[in-house]
Amino acid sequence: MERIPILRMGDFLLVTIQVDMHDRLAMTLQDDLTTRISKTGATGVLIDISALEIVDSFIGRMISNISAMSRVLDAQTVIVGMQPAVAITLVELGLTLPGVKTALDVEKGMQMLRVIGGGSVVPPESDGDDDRQEY
Amino acid sequence: MATMIVRSTETLPIRAEADVVMVRQKARAVATEAGLGLVDVTKLVTATSELARNALIYGGGGTALIESLQDGIRKGVRLTFEDQGPGIPDIEKAMTDGYTSGSGMGLGLSGAKRLSNDFSIHSVVGQGTRVMIARWK
Ligand SMILES: Nc1ncnc2c1ncn2[C@@H]1O[C@H](COP(=O)(O)OP(=O)(O)O)[C@@H](O)[C@H]1O
Ligand SMILES: [Mg+2]
Repeated sequence: MERIPILRMGDFLLVTIQVDMHDRLAMTLQDDLTTRISKTGATGVLIDISALEIVDSFIGRMISNISAMSRVLDAQTVIVGMQPAVAITLVELGLTLPGVKTALDVEKGMQMLRVIGGGSVVPPESDGDDDRQEY
Repeated sequence: MATMIVRSTETLPIRAEADVVMVRQKARAVATEAGLGLVDVTKLVTATSELARNALIYGGGGTALIESLQDGIRKGVRLTFEDQGPGIPDIEKAMTDGYTSGSGMGLGLSGAKRLSNDFSIHSVVGQGTRVMIARWK
């Protein structure tokens, strides 16, 4: 079955959406992320939507759900890279995405996650003694 | 007086989720070809996605007619979504922000109207639903 890959970067999970998702694929991503967060104990989730050409109410609901579900699992979700035309359209569609954190790009999103969660982007199996970055 | 010319027309089926993706992509291609700007294209494609999904989920499947239009010097794109589903008993209620009879966000119909320059809806209980949107350059 077609799936959107979830990459692990230390305490964070990174998802880059690169395809025009049909609804079931979006639902699968939501379920996969839930499983991965609880399995890995990730403290942050970064979803890069810079390649997404639209966000309709279904994708909007998926984003809200992922964000709410990750909070329940003690992780934070940041959506990064929303195209300006998508943002403008979202507002007119009537979607407000309350409680959903956004950042301009992956780097800023990562920074945001570190500040909120105090997690590390260095994989746990790395040789560093204490690479944990505290803010 | 200028008359409206239909420059191209295409009918696509909406029977599965993959068809919703196809209709979105075709709408984008036609709107871009008609010279609509990125924001206008994005609005039209987003409205298209909502209405194609409605035709699939609530209408049990249907069709999308995509037309490229020229009205004098104005170019535009019109989409007509049609299904032979159960119809909508109370259109005013269905058009209210946040109203859903399913598990949606209740923004598809009302949002599609806001995102389009022209919008019309015709629905007969027991016969089906037809929603038309257009966006002009
Ligand atoms: N093609 C259709 N056939 C029958 N009912 C429809 C159709 N489109 C919309 N509806 C009704 O209108 C309601 C509102 O639609 P919409 O604004 O798209 O919100 P949502 O899809 O989130 O429910 C739907 O819940 C459904 O009851
Ligand atoms: Mg809908």
